Amino acid sequence: MTVTVPSGSLARGRALRVLRAGRSNPTLAAGSVVLAIVVIIAVFAPLLAPFPADAGNATHPTQVLLAPSSAHWFGTDEVGRDVLTRVMYGGRTSLEIVVAVLAIAAAIGIPLGLIAGYFGGVVDQVIMRVTDIFLAFPALLLSLAIASVLQPSVGHMILAIAVTWWPWYTRLVRGEAASVVRRPYVESARTLGVSHRRIIIRHVLPNAATPVLVQISMDAGGVLLTAAAISFLGLGAQDPTCEWGLMVSQGATYFTTNWWYATFPGIAILITAMAFNLIGDGVRERLDPKRVLSR
Amino acid sequence: MLRFVSQRVALGALVVVGVVALTFVIARVIPGDPAVTYAGPHATAATIAAARRELGLDKPVIVQLLDYLKGIFSGSWGTSYRTHHKVLSDLGTALPASIELVVAGIVIAVVLGLPFGLLAARFPGKSVDLLVRVVSVIGVSMPVFWLALILQRLLSGDLHWLPTAGLYNPNLYYTHPLTSYTNIPVLDALITGNFAVLGSALSHLVLPALVVAAYPAGLIARMVRASVLETLGESHVRMTRALGFAERALFTRYALRPALNPVVQVIALVFAYSLANTFLVEAVFDWPGLGSYAANSLEALDTPAVMGVTLIVAITYVVLNLAVDIVQAILDPRIRVS
Repeated sequence: MTVTVPSGSLARGRALRVLRAGRSNPTLAAGSVVLAIVVIIAVFAPLLAPFPADAGNATHPTQVLLAPSSAHWFGTDEVGRDVLTRVMYGGRTSLEIVVAVLAIAAAIGIPLGLIAGYFGGVVDQVIMRVTDIFLAFPALLLSLAIASVLQPSVGHMILAIAVTWWPWYTRLVRGEAASVVRRPYVESARTLGVSHRRIIIRHVLPNAATPVLVQISMDAGGVLLTAAAISFLGLGAQDPTCEWGLMVSQGATYFTTNWWYATFPGIAILITAMAFNLIGDGVRERLDPKRVLSR
Repeated sequence: MLRFVSQRVALGALVVVGVVALTFVIARVIPGDPAVTYAGPHATAATIAAARRELGLDKPVIVQLLDYLKGIFSGSWGTSYRTHHKVLSDLGTALPASIELVVAGIVIAVVLGLPFGLLAARFPGKSVDLLVRVVSVIGVSMPVFWLALILQRLLSGDLHWLPTAGLYNPNLYYTHPLTSYTNIPVLDALITGNFAVLGSALSHLVLPALVVAAYPAGLIARMVRASVLETLGESHVRMTRALGFAERALFTRYALRPALNPVVQVIALVFAYSLANTFLVEAVFDWPGLGSYAANSLEALDTPAVMGVTLIVAITYVVLNLAVDIVQAILDPRIRVS
């Protein structure tokens, strides 16, 4: 690379680098592109959607369950709302849920894992046995059980999924923390009188960051599907809210005669979950040194 | 080895106790009053109070929890508020139907996932690898309840290839009555030689089993591929290659066995996952298993039933985990030491 480059070719260099990265890691590239499109549609839904008012509880008794047409690309639902509009707004709900669940789960799971791995002993035993109990449930089952005792809403569903999701991060982080705690640099920091808090944040956490990032990126698709499933069973988002799982469940009633209503939200779930899973695979390929696959 | 096993069993028992406590804690927060549900819609205040006493709901929560724990381990799992049957006997009829569905699903998943995962690993980067990877990503990204609807409509509604819903054709109840030993129709029909029911039961099983198989098939294919590729990169395989062994011998004799160990674990874990996933599939196919029972119980605030379902799935999960740990310890002595 030359030292003096005009700014134009610098930008081109960057673009080239992105392209090259895309070629070396097509999984990550494909997932990122699809997710970017989903995010743009979700964020700009109020501008892009053909009938923004239909995202709420508008009703159009004259255009109930219309088949897809040039006016309504994805058809209309049982009260005449535009399905395309609701699918676009549904992206907002889904992305909010995924981000919120992963953030809460990481915020609970990572500190607990750090404490367990760093201090060891009784603290470690107590935290990890509690973690074992939570991990004994399939995520969907425990989320459903918790969601069932709360008033059904998006917020409660986020809570219910996050409560079942944190133990994975605790277990992961604990393993990483326990493996670095005996390293000489941690011991010397301790002899120098550095506080536990500082050692954990400066020396232990950075070691756990990469595997956690890999895990989080791989979990996003699972969270999306779990949320859609809970809403499908009626324990999550409720009607005026646009949520894909809920829309599939509403559309299921009319499915034999009006195929479009349940079909399009389902495709939206599939595409978004695929984007997340591809990104997860790509990130793992890129960051997890233990899984360097021979080619 | 004995020490390893007893340690694992003790840990498993501890987790089961914790699981019971956790389900109990969740259930106590239910805002509705279980006694009202139990007493029925037109009960008087006195009847409700009697129901509350009968169910032990008037005692302190800690006492209720201890009573419940005691009950679980002595085999009395309480009475369903909704069906007024013993929860354990309700589960006894619901669980076999779900197990039939999940076992069929896992069998399909292994039959599809294993060879395709191996094929992808044998020719990494080739078009067959790409195809397997794309299809398996679709499998693990599929919302099962949606897949259930679509397949039901296409294969059963439009094409009439397969029956829509249920365990088997209800007309056979009278023409070919089935004696139940296991409550698993396919097995019972096989035992009693009732081939009319067997055929009908199998054809009813295909569609829901395919839906249940989607996620595990994708997962197994991905795991097999990743695991085999990882083993192929290890030094013992590289050594064999350097010694001039054919790529084929290398693959089958040296890479396969160590690579399939983690796959066994995934199959066991995905079993419990699929048991929970039937919650989404059974409703669509009107399958009288654990999922339908759970859905109805959740709706009716039927605490003992919900706890029973949650418990039975969690215990299955713990036991399977335990079994996998022990089997792997037998296969691989290194695990016993750690």
